[in-house]
Amino acid sequence: MFSIHCPYCKEPRDQNEFSPAGEAFIARPENPEALSDEQWADYVFYRTNLKGDHWEQWVHTSGCRKYFLVKRSTISHEVIEVATFEEIDSENAS
Amino acid sequence: MQKKYSWYSLLKAGLANQDWDKAIPSSKPKSKYDVIIIGGGGHGLATAYYLAKECGITNVAVVEKGYIGGGNTGRNTTIIRSNYLRDEASSLYEHSMRLWEGLSEDLNFNVMFSQRGVYNLGHTLQDMRDIERRVNANVLNGVDAVVVDHKEIKEQIPIINTSKNVRYPIMGASFQARAGVARHDGVAWGFARAASNLGVDIIQNCEVIDIEVEEGRVKGVKTTQGDIMADRVGCVSAGHSSVIARMAGLRLPVESHPLQAFVSEAMKPILHTVVMSNAVHGYVSQSDKGDLVIGAGIDGYNSYAQRGSAKIVEHCAAAILELFPIFSRVRMNRQWGGIVDVCPDACPVISPTKIEGLYFNCGWGTGGFKATPGSGNVFAHTIAQDKQHDLAVPFHIDRFTTGALIDEHGAAGVAH
Repeated sequence: MFSIHCPYCKEPRDQNEFSPAGEAFIARPENPEALSDEQWADYVFYRTNLKGDHWEQWVHTSGCRKYFLVKRSTISHEVIEVATFEEIDSENAS
Repeated sequence: MQKKYSWYSLLKAGLANQDWDKAIPSSKPKSKYDVIIIGGGGHGLATAYYLAKECGITNVAVVEKGYIGGGNTGRNTTIIRSNYLRDEASSLYEHSMRLWEGLSEDLNFNVMFSQRGVYNLGHTLQDMRDIERRVNANVLNGVDAVVVDHKEIKEQIPIINTSKNVRYPIMGASFQARAGVARHDGVAWGFARAASNLGVDIIQNCEVIDIEVEEGRVKGVKTTQGDIMADRVGCVSAGHSSVIARMAGLRLPVESHPLQAFVSEAMKPILHTVVMSNAVHGYVSQSDKGDLVIGAGIDGYNSYAQRGSAKIVEHCAAAILELFPIFSRVRMNRQWGGIVDVCPDACPVISPTKIEGLYFNCGWGTGGFKATPGSGNVFAHTIAQDKQHDLAVPFHIDRFTTGALIDEHGAAGVAH
């Protein structure tokens, strides 16, 4: 159990209000037709499943219903950083 | 170490002031083995046992970062069944069930396998249609299964609530009579002891920190107790499979989630069978010790923390209480979590990889315990022959590329 600071509601809320929405920065391929089966499988099914500080997507289901980014430790569940999609992308995420 | 347990060895050790021998010797790693198994849980130990027993490969090390029985093998809710929907899955789980049926004798260790039956409840018309379909598929595959209605459930389990005035009334169930439970950590100890009797080294407190790969071939592993060489390495590290895969530069189609369970204080016998419900999301049995063993679902977020959210426990407790209102005053003793590696199709990966000599047995998700002997058996043959065992063929990792997924969410879903 942990709390997450919603970047839209601008306050910490209980984790129960949010739903996880998977690993962050997995962009839909721009031209799926051009992908090999391996690349498509990697996009759809394969995941980094990082043990450590993990960038992931969450949605504030019982609040503003907006999606945003959370950097969270998968070892301690500590939320390290939250951001909107405008603020951070795979290029400048640390 | 006692080679064989019998009434005579019991009497002898009993008379000798209960001077019991250690069941599993503690081994230090040698510098080279034919096969290294990463992960000393039930599946890893079973793999080592069948490598030695059926494949003639005894120069095997099982490398475990913790202690035997301390991981998911000792954390699950011990349910064993084989009533899966798809041919591929039910064949694999039924193979395992048949091994369970002779396991205590085979291992010379009482794993307390108890075929007390499992009810999978249905609460809606669609549940019942799915149950009938699954039962018919089971019967065609030679797996025992019947559909029972709510009256028969009430006859068999008088304390269950079959009232129509609840949110999700019980309409019926599938019942597998040969299903049941076993003593989970005993299974690990039994396999460990039997494997080490055949010459396998069980190395505890030894964490793998890197995998040596040269020109696409596995060479061995680096551990906290030094380097160990081997031409073949089998990874059976459940929740940490992605971490091990990363050491070899691989990615896996799995994600790790916490799965929780809890047990009550010990009570007199009140529930003689296993009751599971996917719809309301809980499963319960009573252990031989007398405590209720209750399993919940996974948290949706990734985690390696071996603990989950309170809301999952609350949700599960609410479901169990709707099924069994009589349990409302039962006090819970302990609650814990384990880390499970979940595949997108709720089926495992038992497969070679792009790296020659490196094999993975992972992705069992929330239901690996029931498969322990079967999983080890087919994985041992897969490693020994460098060719997948017939039953393992559908579980190749390439199915995520070819699209030949085995969708077991209906039979596996949340409650295993």
